[in-house]
Amino acid sequence: MSEPAPNYAVGDRVRIVDLRKPGHVRTPTYVREKVGMIERYCGAFENPEERAYGRWGLPRIPLYRVRFGQHDLWPDYDGTPGDVLELEIYDHWLAPAEEARS
Amino acid sequence: MTGDTHDHAHDDHRPIREDDDELLTEGEARFLALKGLLIDQGVISADEIRARLEFNERGSSHQAARMIARAWVDPDYKARMLADTKAAALEMGIETTEAKLVTIENTPERHNMVVCTLCSCYPRSLLGEPPAFYVSKAYRSRAVREPRKVLREFGVEIPEQVDIAVHDSNADFRYVVMPMRPAGTDRMSEEELAALITRDCVVGCALPPGTELAD
Repeated sequence: MSEPAPNYAVGDRVRIVDLRKPGHVRTPTYVREKVGMIERYCGAFENPEERAYGRWGLPRIPLYRVRFGQHDLWPDYDGTPGDVLELEIYDHWLAPAEEARS
Repeated sequence: MTGDTHDHAHDDHRPIREDDDELLTEGEARFLALKGLLIDQGVISADEIRARLEFNERGSSHQAARMIARAWVDPDYKARMLADTKAAALEMGIETTEAKLVTIENTPERHNMVVCTLCSCYPRSLLGEPPAFYVSKAYRSRAVREPRKVLREFGVEIPEQVDIAVHDSNADFRYVVMPMRPAGTDRMSEEELAALITRDCVVGCALPPGTELAD
């Protein structure tokens, strides 16, 4: 089966979309609507939002590691400007950061 | 009341896990029913289930420590471990069950720590079962929000010149932190080096003794 091509490149600024999807989702609320940067492309993975309910989770979905400045996540963050947080986000939770909010 | 007065706190004797003699959840009841059926009908034996649990829990932090010690003494191995941690584990005879393992290197500029905010994802093949703190709600919620304070509570003071990167293992990757090799360990054998690398070092909540950070 062919792998989907990634839609974002390393360094792209992205916004985490709040899909408000119920059930088994892997996008923590604390990054939703926050802007970060693609740190690396992880490859394509089965969709855990489907697999959790006994389905195959296909087609595979591009997965990326997204890096956030801690001060962008927490307004009252106590640390250095260079402190970061990184986590993995599936493609459908991402939008280009420049895009106006719908 | 005098007869009830104790001179010690009962908390001292609390079990590591609470007794789980509550009513079964729906999921637990279904699991036990299914397991009973599979055993009764001869599909799988109780011993096979037990053996699989034993296999799942065979990991120990010594495995990650062996790999990191090898990486400290062998730059080529280190490069391979950073490029493909699963393959590097297999090279040392360690089978891993995780889909994807990633090694993140501590540097003089950046300290790394790992958390799983959503549950308790952990590189079990290389570290064994996660410690109680790692699965606690306190660690899972605070490590992402105030990592410096959490590290301070673990006795690790990260100077301001060093950035902290927190890795939330929320999806498919499992993370291994490779600490810096402490100064003054040049003459140590690989085995002696491995003994410096504890579980918490690999989670990023501790540093091997002798680690020098800029101040």
